[in-house]
Amino acid sequence: MNGLDLLVAATLSAGTPLAIAGLGLLVNERVGVINLGAEGLMLVSAVSGFAVALHTGSEWLGFGAGALAGAALSLVLGWLVIWLNTNQYATGLAVSLFGSGLSAFAGIPLVGRQLQTGSRHGVPLLADLPFVGPALFRQHPMVYLAIALAGAMALVYYRTRLGLVVRAVGESPVSAHALGYPVRRIRLAAVVLGGALCGVAGAYLSVVYTPLWVEGMVAGRGWIALALTVFATWRPARVLLGAYLFGGVTMLQLHLQAGGVQLPAQFMAMLPYLSTVVVLVLISRNPLWIRLNMPASLGKPFVPGA
Amino acid sequence: MNLSLTKHAALAAALAAALAGCSKKEAPPAPAAQPEAAAPAPAKPAPLKAGFIYVGPVGDAGWTFAHDKGRREAVEKVGADKVTTTFVEKVPEGPDAERVLRDLVAQGNKVIFATSFGFMDAIVKVAKDNPDVYFEHATGYKTSDNLRVYEAKFYEGAYLAGIVAGKMTKTNVLGFVGSFPIPEVLRNINAFTLGAQSVNPKIKTKVVWVSAWFDPPKETEAAQSLFNGGADVLLQNTDSSAVLQAAERNGKYAFGWDSDMSAVAPKAHLGSCALDWSGYYVKTFNDVLNKTWKPEVTKWGVKEGTVDLVKVAEFAPAEAKAKVEEARQGLKAGTLAVFTGPIVDNTGKEVLAKGVVADEAWKGAVNFYVKGVEGKVPAGK
Repeated sequence: MNGLDLLVAATLSAGTPLAIAGLGLLVNERVGVINLGAEGLMLVSAVSGFAVALHTGSEWLGFGAGALAGAALSLVLGWLVIWLNTNQYATGLAVSLFGSGLSAFAGIPLVGRQLQTGSRHGVPLLADLPFVGPALFRQHPMVYLAIALAGAMALVYYRTRLGLVVRAVGESPVSAHALGYPVRRIRLAAVVLGGALCGVAGAYLSVVYTPLWVEGMVAGRGWIALALTVFATWRPARVLLGAYLFGGVTMLQLHLQAGGVQLPAQFMAMLPYLSTVVVLVLISRNPLWIRLNMPASLGKPFVPGA
Repeated sequence: MNLSLTKHAALAAALAAALAGCSKKEAPPAPAAQPEAAAPAPAKPAPLKAGFIYVGPVGDAGWTFAHDKGRREAVEKVGADKVTTTFVEKVPEGPDAERVLRDLVAQGNKVIFATSFGFMDAIVKVAKDNPDVYFEHATGYKTSDNLRVYEAKFYEGAYLAGIVAGKMTKTNVLGFVGSFPIPEVLRNINAFTLGAQSVNPKIKTKVVWVSAWFDPPKETEAAQSLFNGGADVLLQNTDSSAVLQAAERNGKYAFGWDSDMSAVAPKAHLGSCALDWSGYYVKTFNDVLNKTWKPEVTKWGVKEGTVDLVKVAEFAPAEAKAKVEEARQGLKAGTLAVFTGPIVDNTGKEVLAKGVVADEAWKGAVNFYVKGVEGKVPAGK
């Protein structure tokens, strides 16, 4: 198939927001907090990032604003679920609803505004290689940062003392508390960091991927990112893989259609979800995989001394 | 858009409605509104109360925006002393719509507009229980003694857009970003292609389905894949301006849909297939005020001013503009019909005989691509 290079390029760029958001949610879930507010967080960050990028002309300030917005909203979520011990699922849903409403309201003056973008990106030298150049090396820097982030997270979680402590908080907050670690503060820090990452993903959508703001533009990607963490059995590298798989199959069906391949559109639209289910089934064939990796305290409140 | 609840089907949206209720706003008083309390004449009849329910937010810059603009302009034309309006936006298609409709009846609205296909079951039920209230349903097909339907001939706008596209394309390949393969959307794809072929017989159209009314990132990718496939002018039947903006970034061309989207992409925008519902709303208000309201099916197009290609780009060739004007006048005068035989589908079969003008039944059953459109209709025969 010709245009394979373009397909690979589109896959990388489509998978990146999912990967960043998925990694952020992994940070949350690793300390035992499930963040169902991801969709709302991403929307608020998308609108903040877009507004800032529009007024300053800087993508990077836009990402910063998205991160801040995501962090701020997840700080609220964290305070509610960690200190007030509210139900994580209900609170997350409330945050998601609040976020989508707030972003719609705040975004009214931004509908139809355009960003001055269009700068070409490329890794020097490598971008000019045939095939691999257009496929891999002409991406927005955020695409490479997402890959680096997954690598860094894998290192921190499995090769450092910090990672061990954080994982302990998620596996057994009671033991971590008994050892003298400030469980609630570690949880809050992780929730805020994860929220900031979701925020960057939201800002990437509105600033780079689809440089515009319209209400509800995240269009379910927050929920997909949530599913990705399970899909990845809470391992950073697998989150990345899952995001590219999902992005790739989505792009493949669009490219096949434009290329004139005769398959029913409904079937093609189903492909990304179908492939996710298939991989999930394959993973779950070994229940140990999930049980070993799932943070044992996921979704459960922790009250020190109780 | 009008036919589907897909974009509102997300769990979040459903919960949003359940928890938060629908946002409800009193329409801002028109500038001409007289303070009612100060009106001295007791003989003066109370203004007609009309309620609207919208599926999207009024700020969506597309479908709902066009309806709301129609509402505001109609009130202005009829007079704020004769009619007052209320609207409820972002009503999900489903059980909630019935609650909102009953609410509007309870508030004393005498005519109620439901502006999305998915409100059909709800409005049919509520209309049955309230025989003294008039109901109006956009893009539906069920009528009763106090319920009627109205619709726009979107395909006439698509045809006009096709004329401009046929003149602007350098590759002779057009692209279409489709939502769902239903007759309404297939009519638009075919009309767009026929319009382009009327000025450029070499035209081919590629179609990519995104299976959503509203998913800007996916609409963008679909547009990108069409550009990669050689198309250089796009039209879409989805609700955001994403396709237009993708064209702007690629140095290609596209059109606005439902409302004027010229501001979004000044270099790429060739025109907008815009809807103007105000004429129909004026008619309904007058029908109710004059007691001449009767159940019927209204399908208005370019002739009635409901559909038009607006803001055709300055840089479009004069010849294209002249052809559009010619077609527009033809549609207005009734001498031109978009679907006039011979029409051949893309397998070579004649679907409309020479000289025959398509009737409503034919248009309602479109399940094929015309010659020049590549591929096969998903799940079509």
